Amino acid sequence: MYVAVKGGERAILNSHKLLDEERRGDPRVPTLGLNQIEQQLGRAVDRVMTEGALYDRHLAALAIKQAQGDLVEAIFLLRAYRTTLPRFGYGVAIDTAAMAIRRRISATFKDLPGGQVLGATFDYTHRLLDFSLAGEHDSPPAAAVGPAPLDAAMPRVVDLLNLEGLIEEERPDPAKDRVSDLTREPLGFPAPRDMRLQNLARGDEGFLLGLGYSTQRGYGRNHPFAGEIRVGEVAVAFVPEELGFAIEIGEVTLTECQMINQFKGSKSHPPQFTRGYGLAFGHSERKTMAMALVDRALRGQELGEDGEAPAQDAEFVLYHSDNVEASGFVQHLKLPHYVDFQSELVMVRAMRAAQGEAAADD
Amino acid sequence: MTDESDTAGENGYNFAYLDEQTKRMIRRAILKAVAVPGYQVPFGSREMPLPYGWGTGGIQVTAALIGPDDVLKVIDQGADDTTNAVSIRRFFERTAAIATTTRTVEATIIQTRHRIPETPLAPGQILVYQVPQPEPLRRLVASEVETRTMHALEEYGVMHVRLYEDIARHGRIATAYDYPVKVNGRYVMAPSPIPKFDNPKMDRNPALQLFGAGREKRIYAVPPHTSVKSLDFDDHPFEIERWNESCALCGATETFLDEVLTDDAGGRLFVCSDSDYCHERRVVEDD
Repeated sequence: MYVAVKGGERAILNSHKLLDEERRGDPRVPTLGLNQIEQQLGRAVDRVMTEGALYDRHLAALAIKQAQGDLVEAIFLLRAYRTTLPRFGYGVAIDTAAMAIRRRISATFKDLPGGQVLGATFDYTHRLLDFSLAGEHDSPPAAAVGPAPLDAAMPRVVDLLNLEGLIEEERPDPAKDRVSDLTREPLGFPAPRDMRLQNLARGDEGFLLGLGYSTQRGYGRNHPFAGEIRVGEVAVAFVPEELGFAIEIGEVTLTECQMINQFKGSKSHPPQFTRGYGLAFGHSERKTMAMALVDRALRGQELGEDGEAPAQDAEFVLYHSDNVEASGFVQHLKLPHYVDFQSELVMVRAMRAAQGEAAADD
Repeated sequence: MTDESDTAGENGYNFAYLDEQTKRMIRRAILKAVAVPGYQVPFGSREMPLPYGWGTGGIQVTAALIGPDDVLKVIDQGADDTTNAVSIRRFFERTAAIATTTRTVEATIIQTRHRIPETPLAPGQILVYQVPQPEPLRRLVASEVETRTMHALEEYGVMHVRLYEDIARHGRIATAYDYPVKVNGRYVMAPSPIPKFDNPKMDRNPALQLFGAGREKRIYAVPPHTSVKSLDFDDHPFEIERWNESCALCGATETFLDEVLTDDAGGRLFVCSDSDYCHERRVVEDD
């Protein structure tokens, strides 16, 4: 006899206990400290902070530990926490020209004021597994460090190009009295650039990487150059209403990418270089480069370019970039669909019966 | 700036999880939705601690409305004991410490996924639907810019063409769930993936029907006693599913039945998808 699927509540509680057990793994292995994640899995922490849209290395490390290293799950944990936080107001726009540089490279000029600063990078490493890391001993020798501090003036490459008027100027939209806030207002279309950039900054790195790559392979080609990538610390300032002037409240590590794109000009715009912009928390070069490519692709309409490549379709890109949304909806297919499926069964059977009758009539 | 009206629960979260500012924002969207039946109101949907696609729209609507005296019922596929219904009910028990029930008649708010209870709803009750895709035209037109314009102009020709093509190809309208309806003679609306069996229950229902789509950031509503008409043609009138079988547990013949496979040789039986309705019928029989 049929037994209804009861006891869901107990099953769920037990499932969560099992999940916890799996997360801990073999209890003879020491538990992972958050400081270990923060220090030794820094790039994972950076990604979770960026797509989780919350700058807190400690909480990101906690999310990674709780999610058993599933970064999309960790991003979701951080987002769900962030949304409960009170909103004090909006900070003063950060100034990346005043960044304390750790790394700064330009692919468009051999040398430039402030110089090329290679910093720490996976680039040029030979991807050979380093078996020495498998052991307990992991104390690399200290790297030789150049003169500190670096050149005080580290102007952005795009600002240098700007002197000649060769690159479009970017100014705040005078019609807007405040910046949009994707976390408070629903996305609307046409989406203004600040909204698009917020969406891309939180967007899934893999999704943006694939889209950015598609523009390089001809789907919305816009001929990019990595004008500049810089990584370092930037001060964050806030103007409390009761004081009326800005005070520094901390600093964040950021990666910024300015793509420079060829542009032959259109009826409305002279021939000049155009820009794509990428910004992320922590050290996230791949993410910011992909973001900058997609940002530029999404500006096609505004610049009078025609094109219908996926990366140029704002609705397609912005509605599908968020991995918290995408992961939830793809995985909701695990929920019961007995009722819809039953409706379909009834319909398909009726249609087959009708077809059978029709065939019998012939 | 903390809001003084926030009533922090024991676990550090506000009553029913959302902060009062957010609840107010959602209530404003609900009021607008009630004022324009069937119109999709964009709202600043929040990340919830449950995944998008798992009822976050319905949860936000419920959280914005629920008070300490409310009695909540949560169903998924018509049943109170499906895992996600259990999970959502537990969420509100934890965050709002409200009373819950499985009995349709006792509930002041019923959050549902994919069904409308068989027991007729009463004035004063609120039915909150979880909606995966609020846009009934989405499968026909991918662009939100275009579909919003189509709604504004009441331009629903493509939908009628699609239904007509179904008839031309299959001899019938081949939509079994999320069957499009017209609300108050104006907006074409997605009733959420309820079986079309439930569509007639929406029409002039004395309860307030609210629809929350969290991922898509839309809220819409059917106020009490509002006309809800399933789209059809004069020569192909709207029809609901029927079964030759009756419920194996309570013997009901007029309910939506779920099919259960009992062996691997084609054995199957049918039971009410509405677990409360089925249970109540059996209790009455036993007395």
